[in-house]
Amino acid sequence: MEIKENTISILVNNKPDVMARIAGTFSGRGFNIETIAVNVTKDPNISKIILTIFGNQDTITKIEKQLKRMLDVIQVDDLTGRDAIRREMILVRMKTTEEQRTQLTKTIDTYKWKIVSSSPDYCIVEITGHRDDIENALAILEPLGIDDFTRTGTVALARQNNNSRG
Amino acid sequence: MKLTGAQILFKVLKQENVDTIFGYPGGSVMDIYDELFRHEDIKHFLVRHEQGAIHAADGYARASGKIGVCLVTSGPGATNTVTGIANAYMDSIPIVVMTGQVPVSLIGNDAFQEVDITGITRPCTKHNFLVRDPENLARTIKEAFHIARAGRPGPVLIDLPKNVMQALVDDTTLSYPISFSDEETDPIEKDCAEALELIRKSRKPLIFCGGGVILGRAWKEFRTFAKKLNCPVTSSLMGLGAFPGTDPLWLGMLGMHGTYYANMAISNADLLIAVGVRFDDRVTSKVEAFAPHARIIHIDIDPVSIDKTIKADVSIISDCKPVLQLLNEWLSHDPVVTPQEHTKEWRAQIAEWKEKVPLSYCRGEKIKPQYVIETLYELTKGKAIITTEVGQNQMWTAQFYPFEAPNTFISSGGLGTMGFGFPAAIGAQVACPEKLVVDIAGDGSIQMNIQEMATAVQYKLPVKIVILNNGFLGMVRQWQELFYGKRYSQTDMSYAPDFVKLAEAYGATGLRCTKPNEVKATLQKGLDTPGTVVMDFRVEPEEGVFPMVKPGLSLSEMSLGKT
Repeated sequence: MEIKENTISILVNNKPDVMARIAGTFSGRGFNIETIAVNVTKDPNISKIILTIFGNQDTITKIEKQLKRMLDVIQVDDLTGRDAIRREMILVRMKTTEEQRTQLTKTIDTYKWKIVSSSPDYCIVEITGHRDDIENALAILEPLGIDDFTRTGTVALARQNNNSRG
Repeated sequence: MKLTGAQILFKVLKQENVDTIFGYPGGSVMDIYDELFRHEDIKHFLVRHEQGAIHAADGYARASGKIGVCLVTSGPGATNTVTGIANAYMDSIPIVVMTGQVPVSLIGNDAFQEVDITGITRPCTKHNFLVRDPENLARTIKEAFHIARAGRPGPVLIDLPKNVMQALVDDTTLSYPISFSDEETDPIEKDCAEALELIRKSRKPLIFCGGGVILGRAWKEFRTFAKKLNCPVTSSLMGLGAFPGTDPLWLGMLGMHGTYYANMAISNADLLIAVGVRFDDRVTSKVEAFAPHARIIHIDIDPVSIDKTIKADVSIISDCKPVLQLLNEWLSHDPVVTPQEHTKEWRAQIAEWKEKVPLSYCRGEKIKPQYVIETLYELTKGKAIITTEVGQNQMWTAQFYPFEAPNTFISSGGLGTMGFGFPAAIGAQVACPEKLVVDIAGDGSIQMNIQEMATAVQYKLPVKIVILNNGFLGMVRQWQELFYGKRYSQTDMSYAPDFVKLAEAYGATGLRCTKPNEVKATLQKGLDTPGTVVMDFRVEPEEGVFPMVKPGLSLSEMSLGKT
């Protein structure tokens, strides 16, 4: 069966041990989490977790069943193949020198990225986009001197609400 | 009115009709034990090791159909229960484990006897709780009991910090409305109709039942179903007792040590009706060659079991009782569906297999373990509750003791825990004081929890222990004989205590038997002697369990041993 990237959206009770339970379910069954993003929903007692996982449909079905069995899991939605917006964000700290500053500013303007902090020696660039866009951005910035970066997991939201909790 | 946490704990335990606890005190649970002192209506059994407590609670749950309750202290008390928790989790047994914990203010400080037991048991409990706030205590205990028994049952652990047990809480918290709605279940009619269609078309049907039939208390419906179809029945280890072992439709257990005819039937069937099973690897052996000609109907309460290893043609996710009830009702109105006429040849074929290779063993100079079990069956007329340890003793019991009734065979199925049988027998005896409870053990596994002899004697529990003493870790030895060039690496157990003297030292009765012609008399004497009895049968050291399907082969490729 075809291995593909899957996006799963999970609503869970916002409790201290829930992340450990979810992560444990994955590691215990030999599944690997590719990216993860978590935050509270409009109901502060409920958190939404967006996971991306590589695997075939069989594996994904098994994961979903395991997740649904957990008591703190309220809902599991497979967004893979559904019409959904997917975004990652990355903060890139660039070493800035006199020589490449112009080039860097030009590049950032061209791609409509944002400088969110700058000092004589460094600046931090904020980029959001699809995972591929982020990969591209990193490739473009690499020759200009990346010092370090932090990248979020994918967040995703279906364009249409197919069920009660969205 | 203000109550302490410990008082609230007992109030809720009584609301949950708990009258039996297996446990062991320690620093973090002293407030609970102090409160227990005032509750004569709750019987506490003091074990000698916490593993004994959790297995006893497990045996109690299996024999009684109620929730087993276990109480231990923090740190090592809690970690000593982990094997038993994992055991109950694998076999879906409802247990509530209460562990002490250091005061909340000390959690995370590497305090004396502190361990993160909720962290440790997360993957082997159905759910677990750490109660940080006394206000949540009553509610959490109620939830724990609900979760343990709901749906597919399992163990639930509640970690109770010492300060929470000491805290004073307003009693009104208890009247806080706590209700649990029944879990939503999908309608089963459509799936059942599809199943019936497959049954109608089948010429070689086989029913395969598992522990779900027993846990779902559906054995009556199950028996009716099999009878209506006049369809042969096999089961997993956990399913033994769901169908009478003396019924002509019964084929015995299937799988690695299943009967020749059960494995041949599954390998040739055109329809497999699997009820309350999860297709464990000891059942399927080589998955690709499992039931190769059969359409599969899979009925199970746990969606995770469906299509996990074996793909079903029709799957019905439900408690098996309502499914069987519905199918039985339809079968009564529509006798045409019953493929009795169509399956005549199939039943003749199975009868032929039964005739050709029955379960058997060679008699010899020395006592054969299978003979001990057969004789035990004869003397108990199949009416005893039998627990087993794990290994050859367990497989021979499954083969040679035909179980008539559910919950009379108590064995560690999924985890394969040596040392389970004896404490489980203690729990079963507590649950069923009027019944004869026998632990069939090996000389290896009995030594894993032998300290519970003191518990059995202290509470005057007349548990009978049959040791099939072959001086080896027999099942591992058998694998070494067959697959590792007879290199018996670390399986010689011939240095063992004198079990008769050991029994006497504990205040029990010890009997020894070395000759085949004395087996019956020894068993009779052991069963007739009041109190705890240990019977040490010196059996043929290198006897094997057969039939055997070697790992990686299909079920039809059995080694039959010396017949």
